[in-house]
Amino acid sequence: MSCFAEEWKNFVPGKWSDNINVRDFIQCNYTLYTGDESFLADATEATKKLWAQVMELSEKERAAGGVLDMDTKVVSTITSHGAGYLDKELEQIVGFQTDKPFKRSLQPFGGIRMAQAACHENGYEVDEEVTKIFTEYRKTHNQGVFDAYSPEMKLARKSAIITGLPDAYGRGRIIGDYRRVALYGVDRLIEDKQQQLATAPVRMTAKNIQLREELSDQIKALHELKKLGAIYGCDISKPAKNAKEAIQWLYFGYLAAVKEQNGAAMSLGRTSTFIDIYIQRDLELGIITEEQAQEYIDHFIMKLRLVKFARTPEYNELFSGDPTWVTESIGGVNIDGKPLVTKTSFRYLHTLDNLGPAPEPNLTVLWSVNLPQKFKEYCAKMSIRTSSIQYENDDLMRVIHGDDYAIACCVSSMRVGKEMQFFGARANLAKCLLYAINGGVDERLKIQVAPKYRAVEGDYLDYDDVMEKYDQMMSWLAELYVNTLNVIHYMHDKYSYERLQMALHDREVKRYFATGIAGLSVVADSLSAIKYAKVKCIRDEDGIVVDYEVEGDFPKYGNNDDRVDSIAVDIVEKFMEKIKRHHTYRDSVPTMSILTITSNVVYGKKTGNTPDGRKIGVPLAPGANPMYGRDTHGAAASLSSVAKLPFKHAQDGISNTFSIVPNALGKDGLSMIEELDFDLNMTEEELKKAAADVQ
Amino acid sequence: MSLITGRIHSTESFGTVDGPGIRFVVFLQGCPLRCKYCHNPDTWAYNGGKEMTAEQLLDEYNGCREFYKDGGITVTGGEPLLQIDFVTELFELAKSRGIHTCLDTSGITFNDSNKDRFDRLIKSTDLILLDLKHIDSALHKELTAHGNENILAFARYLADNNIPMWIRHVVVPGLTDDEEQHYKLGRFIGTLRSVKALDVLPYHDMGVPKYEALGIDYPLKGTEPATKELALKTKQAIMRGIKDVRAGR
Repeated sequence: MSCFAEEWKNFVPGKWSDNINVRDFIQCNYTLYTGDESFLADATEATKKLWAQVMELSEKERAAGGVLDMDTKVVSTITSHGAGYLDKELEQIVGFQTDKPFKRSLQPFGGIRMAQAACHENGYEVDEEVTKIFTEYRKTHNQGVFDAYSPEMKLARKSAIITGLPDAYGRGRIIGDYRRVALYGVDRLIEDKQQQLATAPVRMTAKNIQLREELSDQIKALHELKKLGAIYGCDISKPAKNAKEAIQWLYFGYLAAVKEQNGAAMSLGRTSTFIDIYIQRDLELGIITEEQAQEYIDHFIMKLRLVKFARTPEYNELFSGDPTWVTESIGGVNIDGKPLVTKTSFRYLHTLDNLGPAPEPNLTVLWSVNLPQKFKEYCAKMSIRTSSIQYENDDLMRVIHGDDYAIACCVSSMRVGKEMQFFGARANLAKCLLYAINGGVDERLKIQVAPKYRAVEGDYLDYDDVMEKYDQMMSWLAELYVNTLNVIHYMHDKYSYERLQMALHDREVKRYFATGIAGLSVVADSLSAIKYAKVKCIRDEDGIVVDYEVEGDFPKYGNNDDRVDSIAVDIVEKFMEKIKRHHTYRDSVPTMSILTITSNVVYGKKTGNTPDGRKIGVPLAPGANPMYGRDTHGAAASLSSVAKLPFKHAQDGISNTFSIVPNALGKDGLSMIEELDFDLNMTEEELKKAAADVQ
Repeated sequence: MSLITGRIHSTESFGTVDGPGIRFVVFLQGCPLRCKYCHNPDTWAYNGGKEMTAEQLLDEYNGCREFYKDGGITVTGGEPLLQIDFVTELFELAKSRGIHTCLDTSGITFNDSNKDRFDRLIKSTDLILLDLKHIDSALHKELTAHGNENILAFARYLADNNIPMWIRHVVVPGLTDDEEQHYKLGRFIGTLRSVKALDVLPYHDMGVPKYEALGIDYPLKGTEPATKELALKTKQAIMRGIKDVRAGR
């Protein structure tokens, strides 16, 4: 159909120039870089000045109690606000969520009550008219969910056996292919979507009606995206013609997404090697210098660091801060084994020097044994210096997702623009074990939450008996959990659809149904204690087991000991099997994560004493980590235990939080004699003489 | 296969400071020295630890072998050569499986009467980390409760047999920080042809909680950890000694 756009001059044509296919564009055009970091440029004066301004505003925000300004009247949409700047003259990459930096937008579509609470807790009140509209006239996602929840779902939520559900806030975890905006321009994307609508089925089943409505919404969102560009004086209807425009166009795509969605994780995708193609072209044409290239990247990253949402203190407690999960996936290897590392992979990581370390954007290196050695060394160096890089196993994920996937949030992998996921928070398997022991009675609330199965009897726990009961209880939990998520995602699509992000996807998307589990190591250790030591039950006056006495020692997960590691593996497989048995919304493919990064602290507060000797309130270990202090054989043994967990049963990701003091990674004070300028050519005789002299 | 067992204090699956690469480190139980700065007093007793065979240790090694491609196994302690037959067996087994072997020892147990056992040990030892604590025997005795004659003889023996070694030296403020002694130490090291590296370790007090737990008085109470500067200065003095002796000065 189309001709080769003039903005694409000097690019190698391919499938991408006829169809929307960013991966093909990258493969046809990227320049592998195997050198070291010595080419990198320092921060420019403009960057330093802007960053100083940001630091000052951050200080003010902290002093103001965490929020500097909130919009209470204007409901955030793609085009809701005028342009906002830090310093228009200095900013190479522009755009904020509202009309000024540090002002949080009002996003009531997920739930008006959450929006009200976020304002109220921070000393603001949502405008009465807005409250009225979103209470009386416009239903929200949150309202829809609670209209459909069963009493059992509400109870499970209250007792926190299922936790962190996105039923009152945006589900997030969807990555739009923001690169498409830069490569094709918005007009071409609209044209494509119109074509998709024109060819969509007209047999009006609920499924087909939903598709048609969504495609129409996507087209509207793309039109608004063009207007957003215009608000900042940019015409993004056409493809970007240079590096600066490419970054700006791409950022407008992302900005539109965070203006519309206050998602739990609003990740960026895999942009560095894409951007590098533009930078490389400009450098070769002599249009820009390395300093300018770095300045664009620094300013872009600065914007990503300033993405902010209005959230409640409870939310921040759950996530230990105010995370936005602007995850950017860097590096990796293509399916032919050639690394996808470019100079811009370095430039992104270099922002940690130029702007200082920061948790956002969540710079994630897709690690492969085949990455260039110099890049590996640079990553290690930056990790030691800043502790700000996340690593993911590309060799594992590439097999499933190919070489143009990205990470949403912290571990969820998906092909950019081709796959999305329904985020499902997590089920607390540690609590589930306590329910199995107590026949469905919650150990904290002392009420019947799960079905009244037979509780354990006697003073000591018997492994086979507990396992049988646990199996039943997990079956109950899996079914309830999947059904709860079905309600949530049905309502989210209905009342808070991510039209702009989905406009940057293909029409036929693969949807993952992402469940998750918490408390794996507590479960493994508890079952190990029951099996290899003796665990005595302590009951309260009503006969509910509220505490345990462990007599003797038992193998603990995290020491590369198969006796207990196999229990952890078995639980993962079992629960995933149970999840798979149930119907999932929109034919989505069920997956599971083992990933709590911070919420394990709150889950620990809500989980009673456990048979491994852990006391109520003590945090569960994060993700797939061993319990704190129980991995006594060093890091390799600990990591090896975690590595046994089967990725195919936990395809949404397995996380392991690992900290180590730099000195424990080896030493640099060691002097190798060969490297010194000694005279090593002494004869045997001279050596002997010298030896005789000194002794 | 023999069934001799070693007394193992503990194992560490991710050792990065005891030899090249990432290593599986085996701490053996028991030590005749009482170095004032020792940070592992829990390894002193001869009768503690748990008994394990060489095969069992290598099973554990095997469980994490992916990590050890550029590393290997290091045996340390305590003083591992109190159990020289066990170490020899472990190393022979390791070598038969292509594993790099490294021994961290003080050399205190070496003497002429047991040389044949050492002759066998070094055949399967790829690298020795030799801790030279003091060049002056009297001061060595004050520091560790033993003189250094065996140790220096051991160093000489290793050099004669061309066994690669890394020399380690701990610098403690006020105790082993005499520049003159460092220079002398350097002159001695300079005559050992198979020395491959020098590692000056600044004293730290991270062992204090272990002393408290064991109810032993900490001999260096009040001594500040060594600074990087002191470690550097020490290294330079030793280097000067090595250089001079090798230049025939």
